[in-house]
Amino acid sequence: MEFRILAPTGALGAGFDADAFRRGVDAGPHVIACDAGSTDSGPSALGSGVPKLSSQAVSRDLRLLLTARDELGVPLVIGSCGTSGRDVGVDGVAALVRTIAAAEGLHLKLGLIYADQDPARLRALHDAGRIRPLANAPAIDRDLFARGHTVAMMGVEPIQAALRDGCDVILAGRASDTALFAAVPHLYGADPGLTWHMAKTVECGAACAVPPSANGLLVHLRDDHFDVTTLAEGSRLTPRSVAAHTLYENADPFHVVEPSGTLDTTDATYEAVDERTVRVRGARYVEADGYTNKLEGAELVGYQTVIVGGVRDRVVIERLPGLLPFAKKYFEAKILDVFGGEIDPGTVDIDYRLYGAGAVLAGAEPAAPLPRELGVLITVTAPEQSTAHAVATFVAHASSHLPIPEYDGLVSTLAYPYSPPETDRGALYRFTLNHVATGVTPTELFRTVTEEL
Amino acid sequence: MATLLDYCSLVRSKNAGPFTLTFDFMCHDRRTYDALVGTGVLDAALFSALFGTDEDDVMVVNHPSALAVKVSLPRPVVQGDLRDSDHYGGQQYAPLLELELPALPELPGLPTKER
Repeated sequence: MEFRILAPTGALGAGFDADAFRRGVDAGPHVIACDAGSTDSGPSALGSGVPKLSSQAVSRDLRLLLTARDELGVPLVIGSCGTSGRDVGVDGVAALVRTIAAAEGLHLKLGLIYADQDPARLRALHDAGRIRPLANAPAIDRDLFARGHTVAMMGVEPIQAALRDGCDVILAGRASDTALFAAVPHLYGADPGLTWHMAKTVECGAACAVPPSANGLLVHLRDDHFDVTTLAEGSRLTPRSVAAHTLYENADPFHVVEPSGTLDTTDATYEAVDERTVRVRGARYVEADGYTNKLEGAELVGYQTVIVGGVRDRVVIERLPGLLPFAKKYFEAKILDVFGGEIDPGTVDIDYRLYGAGAVLAGAEPAAPLPRELGVLITVTAPEQSTAHAVATFVAHASSHLPIPEYDGLVSTLAYPYSPPETDRGALYRFTLNHVATGVTPTELFRTVTEEL
Repeated sequence: MATLLDYCSLVRSKNAGPFTLTFDFMCHDRRTYDALVGTGVLDAALFSALFGTDEDDVMVVNHPSALAVKVSLPRPVVQGDLRDSDHYGGQQYAPLLELELPALPELPGLPTKER
């Protein structure tokens, strides 16, 4: 038994080398799969529904994938469409597929799998004690689901149902990255440990190559091992680079949790076949006691206006950290004055980030460097954009004339690179969930529709 | 004395999802990996002190096939929240580069560093 799986790129729309992809197509894969989303871009895509990558870039990649799929007559599986895997993301990629299919004269059965979750249903699951927190999960309440957007992350099963239904192209909403690659071999009974380890290895495309790239990988999955090969010219795979990929963006490299169980790579071995191919054996897949689907949610926090400035005067640099708390107090009174008491200063957040003096590290900077130039990022967050903007205008004005005790007269304390200095940034979202829904069937949280093109 | 950079060919920090920060310490070779693991410096107490997290919430995993030590802990600020300054978690490792470690063991016939 041999399954050949082509992973053309780590992210649809990231771009990949067409020649490398051609080599993968010429190998006659049984499925082409790729991921189109991530939470790693932050909560904005899920909160707003706006994808990270442009339609132009996604179309460029999609055209190559769709024409290759047509040539091979094999399924194309794309997951987490539109970055967040929201319904609107699936519909967005589907529109691109229809346009390309019409232009290229392609005929296919399209399967769309939606992952948005109805807030009322989530609340019912919550009330029934069937939403369980994962590690480092935030606290939630039963009203949370109505305040934002929630998607469920599908495993292989909804994809396999679409495959059994004869879909040629499957556009999935939020999906486990690995499920896209595991769906076909799992459906035909390949060893689950090898299948899930293969899927974990290729889900980022050639991110595990030396040097890492956005290009693709080809896998030969056999009875007791899989061979993974890099397709790009000038790139290599080594046993170490392949082993190390289980570390990437993952808390525990030996235990990778999926909806149906856990991939255990503790006893996996990696050996070089040649410069471009590594042979992998030995991972196990341990089925879970009960099926779970991870939930991802995002809600609106407010709207932001930002101001960027800089300081070069060492006297100001030394004084600035002490002056800012006083400035914030002044702004509270100013908000009450300017808005006639109609805006509660407690609902407006004014934040100064001093770049060059410990702005980047989450932990305490061990010894904050004293720079010759200091970057100042001022962020105003308010319930409405108009309020954030109005507050930012006087914050920018006052911040450029902070009183410096060493100097007489009106001082100019900030260098602004822009006029006006304020930029409206739009909505700010936050992630609300790191939870799973328990006691669910593998397909009940997802809805599939098909169409013939 | 040596620093972490003398032991490692790559030190990185990343998100492991929006709620978890993770660090990879990739060693130059088997010798530096064994030596780094042998020092026991990359432990829960160090990361607890640096990131203000409970020691019990810090996971340290040694990965011999990847010649890497991996450390994961709760994100001090959830990714993208109001006070998050590093959305990809991409720079949180920086102070660790200067971590002082015992000098690397000399091996006859081998350079002490393989870059």
